[in-house]
Amino acid sequence: MKFGVMVNEGPFTHQASDTAYRFTKAAVEGGHQVPRVFFYFDGVNNGNKLSEPQADDRNLVKLWGELAAAHGIDLVICVAAALRRGMKDEILAEGFRISGLGQLVELGLATDRTVVFGD
Amino acid sequence: MNAEIATEFDTEGVQKNFMFVNRKAPYGSIYALEALEMVLISAAFEQNAVIAFIDDGVYQIVKGQDTKAAGMKNFSPTFGVIEMEKEDADEDPDIDMVWRIVVERDSMEQRGLTAEDFSIAVEVLDSAELADLMNAQDVVLSA
Repeated sequence: MKFGVMVNEGPFTHQASDTAYRFTKAAVEGGHQVPRVFFYFDGVNNGNKLSEPQADDRNLVKLWGELAAAHGIDLVICVAAALRRGMKDEILAEGFRISGLGQLVELGLATDRTVVFGD
Repeated sequence: MNAEIATEFDTEGVQKNFMFVNRKAPYGSIYALEALEMVLISAAFEQNAVIAFIDDGVYQIVKGQDTKAAGMKNFSPTFGVIEMEKEDADEDPDIDMVWRIVVERDSMEQRGLTAEDFSIAVEVLDSAELADLMNAQDVVLSA
């Protein structure tokens, strides 16, 4: 099955990003496709390369990038939500790109299920 | 080795039923404002859409909002734009999309509101009707 994933909360402050990451990983490793993950609301902070969690904790920003590279997942940060929060290309982590909300609608159209992770 | 990443999908001619579920009060958090931006973009794609207001989300469309004292942008007039999109879709045979604006009855009544308190025309649905409508959707986006 083809899943579209939407992440609506930032990393570390909320479980949503962890759960979305685990769902996405399980889906692609189980033979499903996740062509794109769309980050909205505080979810845009998942793409901040300046994020530096403590060494003994998981680094979600890096994990997302690695998963995307391994499985060909398009990680899209919403531009309007990103600008509000100071998320710009200069601080964008590897594997992420910034684009418009249209990419979310397109994801809904192109996949069998859209799964939203948020509060 | 890195897998190839596709950044464009072929969605030509695909039309789906989208539901936007608005659950939060308008100014205590950013959810309502950014959810509204999400709804507006879907109009550009001519998709069928249900814009639903439940729980504290019903406060988003209450008439006469004044945010001056809070120093925040009053975005409630933008719901009028959604109402216009809906009317255009209803009246223009060239626009191939159906929009509905719905409010859950219990959420409204529990907060002492009636349909007259809203700045836009809404359909008031019982929770069972809303559940059926939700089941009929292809994409449900909630905030």
